[in-house]
Amino acid sequence: MSEKLKVSGGTALSEEDIRSGKIFVTEDSLDTAYAWDTGVAVKRYLSELKQGRIIATECRKCNRIMLPPRLFCELCFIPCNEWRYVKDTGTINTFSICHVHWDASRIKEGEKPHLPAVIEIDGASEGMGIMHILGEVEPDQIEIGMKVQAVWKPESERTGSITDIKYFKPL
Amino acid sequence: MNKRVAIVGIGCSGFRTTSTDLSYREMIFEAATKCYEDAGGIHPQSIDSFVASSEDFMEGISIADEYVPDQLGAVLKPVQSIAGDSLQGIASALMQIQTGQQSIVAASAFSKVSNLSHYEKVAAYATDPAYVRPLKEHPYFIAGLEMNRYLHESCSTREQCARVVIKNKYNALSNPRAVYGSKITTEDVTCAEPVCFPLGQFDISGHLDGAIVILLASEEKAMEMTDRPIWIKGIGWATDTPNLDSRKDGLGSALYAKLAGESAYKMAGIKSPVNEINFAEVDDTFSYKELQHLEALNLCGFGEAGKLLEMGCFEPGGELPVNVSGGSLGIGYLHEANGLQKVMETALQLRGEAGKSQLSGVETGLAFAWRGIPTATGTAVVLSNRL
Amino acid sequence: MRKVAIVGAGLTKFVRRALETPKELSFEATKTALDSCGLSLDDIDCVAHGSAPDAFDGIHQKGEYLADGCGGWNKPTMRVYVGGATGVHAVVHGWHHVASGMFDLCLVVCEEKMSNAMPHAQGFFLTIFDAITERALHPNLLWIFALEMNRYMQRYGYTKEDMALAAVNNKRNGLLHPSSQFKDEITVEDVLNSETMAYPVSRLDVSPVSDGAAAVVLAAEPVARRLTDKPVWIEGVGWTLDTAYWATRDLYYPRYLDKAARMAYEMAGIREPDKQINIAEPYDPFDYKALHHMEGLQLSPRGKTVELLRDGHFARDGNLPMCPSGGLLGVGNPIAAAGTMKICELFWQLRGEAGERQVPGDPRLGVAQAWGDLMQVSSVVVTGI
Repeated sequence: MSEKLKVSGGTALSEEDIRSGKIFVTEDSLDTAYAWDTGVAVKRYLSELKQGRIIATECRKCNRIMLPPRLFCELCFIPCNEWRYVKDTGTINTFSICHVHWDASRIKEGEKPHLPAVIEIDGASEGMGIMHILGEVEPDQIEIGMKVQAVWKPESERTGSITDIKYFKPL
Repeated sequence: MNKRVAIVGIGCSGFRTTSTDLSYREMIFEAATKCYEDAGGIHPQSIDSFVASSEDFMEGISIADEYVPDQLGAVLKPVQSIAGDSLQGIASALMQIQTGQQSIVAASAFSKVSNLSHYEKVAAYATDPAYVRPLKEHPYFIAGLEMNRYLHESCSTREQCARVVIKNKYNALSNPRAVYGSKITTEDVTCAEPVCFPLGQFDISGHLDGAIVILLASEEKAMEMTDRPIWIKGIGWATDTPNLDSRKDGLGSALYAKLAGESAYKMAGIKSPVNEINFAEVDDTFSYKELQHLEALNLCGFGEAGKLLEMGCFEPGGELPVNVSGGSLGIGYLHEANGLQKVMETALQLRGEAGKSQLSGVETGLAFAWRGIPTATGTAVVLSNRL
Repeated sequence: MRKVAIVGAGLTKFVRRALETPKELSFEATKTALDSCGLSLDDIDCVAHGSAPDAFDGIHQKGEYLADGCGGWNKPTMRVYVGGATGVHAVVHGWHHVASGMFDLCLVVCEEKMSNAMPHAQGFFLTIFDAITERALHPNLLWIFALEMNRYMQRYGYTKEDMALAAVNNKRNGLLHPSSQFKDEITVEDVLNSETMAYPVSRLDVSPVSDGAAAVVLAAEPVARRLTDKPVWIEGVGWTLDTAYWATRDLYYPRYLDKAARMAYEMAGIREPDKQINIAEPYDPFDYKALHHMEGLQLSPRGKTVELLRDGHFARDGNLPMCPSGGLLGVGNPIAAAGTMKICELFWQLRGEAGERQVPGDPRLGVAQAWGDLMQVSSVVVTGI
């Protein structure tokens, strides 16, 4: 053991220490709400999703067709005002099979694992992907490079959200 | 002697109470575009480094620094976020240039406080979770405590605090960026709806959305980029204790301002601030703060700020104009962008670009920002249009 | 450019759930660091500190709350925050304070108490995703690691066994670290048999949630030479942040780390890092990350890292020891403190004070790196003696 290296503090507690009341704990829960302004570009993105379409913007200088659409090209640093519809099909760039919920709880018996993926959308520039989830596919059938197609919610259920696309399924 | 650093570009966007038409990205893009154009049309890829100032809870995003680069044109560049007031961001940018590794650094900050449903809840979360939060008081009670103690110790009066509000709101009428300008009377302020005694509604600056981007450069670059560089002669920042009950000089003092001011003056070679500072943009988030800060910053003697204010000393035509821009009380409070707003107004004055608010013959100005309740942290910057 | 050295370092134990409050954890590390070089708080000119999401503690403006625990009382105190890269970046931030000439002695402190967040710290990572275009999908921190790991493995044909070797290596090294949360070695089989969290990530591919703090003292050259006869110089610093539109990048290579590393090496005058660097402390919250980062750090050719790992190239007695501290996998991962722990390790290693963990052969140059955000940012520090 290094004679110079000194470690101090960091007294370990167990779950039982807390549960049994040996340790004084003060609790609070946070209650904050936010209503984020979407701004021009994302507002259009969401309203097009509501209509069952995916829209992107094109930079007139580097000609990238960008998703999610933005009002400016972050590389050329100029405003973009050219809107382009892209397809609702794409290619899986990468994926995962997730057995854990967002709050670290495990999926229950009988519950299907979640299938997040990055999907490069056809019609946008190469490599231009969005994160979404896969469906109607068995986990062991998924491959990087697979072609997929968006499955939309019925029009009456769409709200102008990324979840207006329920998931992407194999083509 | 450390490398000299100047402000070479300034841009801002917004300044309104709500900004539903633009996302924060779009606002910063606008502010950045204006700033870079103001600096001679520099492309952001030629900027060496970027510093953003933000706080997660104000944005509703954890690790808010993730979302900084694109709208500044800073993709794949050195970018860092300071979880602090944007004047601390300026300090970071300045230090980076002084190391010699960077020559041109952008500092940015924004406020989208209108997107918070209840700002006061978020402010309450800054208080100590074990000792203060269980009291379940509106966080402005801290400002009430401070104001009461300050008035008791300094012999400034409630009416003098009201005078700060009147002055700043009236000054704001000449500032096209200001949102809360108006012509009001002492009675308006003292009889306004009480919030946390002795604070009333008018003693508290109103919320504001907006984005500001400021570009700093080393002396060598600054001379190439602009014919009106504004030199950062001195900067200092300090934090007193976060514990409300253990501030060294008590709740009525602003020791953080004193320490920050001393450091900034020392760096700027200023021995007599009252004689060498021509005007000041001093944090007035709450009315009493302006008086408290002026005394702590040694711009007047202890207990004198209120009297000097009544004598007209701090009016635009007085010996030491304070918050000619309107301050936060007149313009609005930009939260994390508060510091950059003070620097912006100071720099515009020194450039001769303050329009109707222009003072004549000014050479050296002081910008001072406080981080807001419940903190005891502040940053002071001395700026000059002379090398 | 003004020379700056690390002259003292201190750590707390890293534990799953600490008794100490965040302020107390910071204090312990700070005090230990000051004691290690015989300084008191009065000697310190300024404090540069870091801590990752405020959401873990449920405290807004967390930096202010931590200030007194970090020694930031009536002093210039400034918090830097770049997600997981904060631990190494706080040292870069501290370096700015001293190398600029504004201050001579800077205390750098990083602290994290993840156990405060209920029911689990992981839940708060939901809020790192884009509020409007991503959060509605209820994403999970594990998703981004799994997506990146899958892409990386697929690109080079790496297997889970290959990745597990890094976990085994680091955990073994970490057992010798006095701060370590762990007591047992693991095998490749243990990793492969551990619970699948989000394919291809299994439980033992991941570093734990931890509480802890770490601190170092930085000094300008004349002061450093007075305080110690073995100052560890900060030879190079670099940092880079990539686009927030993370799904538009190919995740198999950390190009932002490439840039940050080159920036640090350039400042340090290092032309052949894979030959000149003696110790590497890449950020390893997951096992594959250590390897991913070795490539980004230019310490291993792309696609060849597993081969070198299997050959023992990165073992403690190999050509380029990787994570002799044990890293996050071997010691623990209190997010901001973990990066600073790596810097502490380089400090002790280069001075020959790392005891049983000592890398043989008189190492002269080391590099520490941390990473964070939406897989976008890296900070790199090169130290030398």
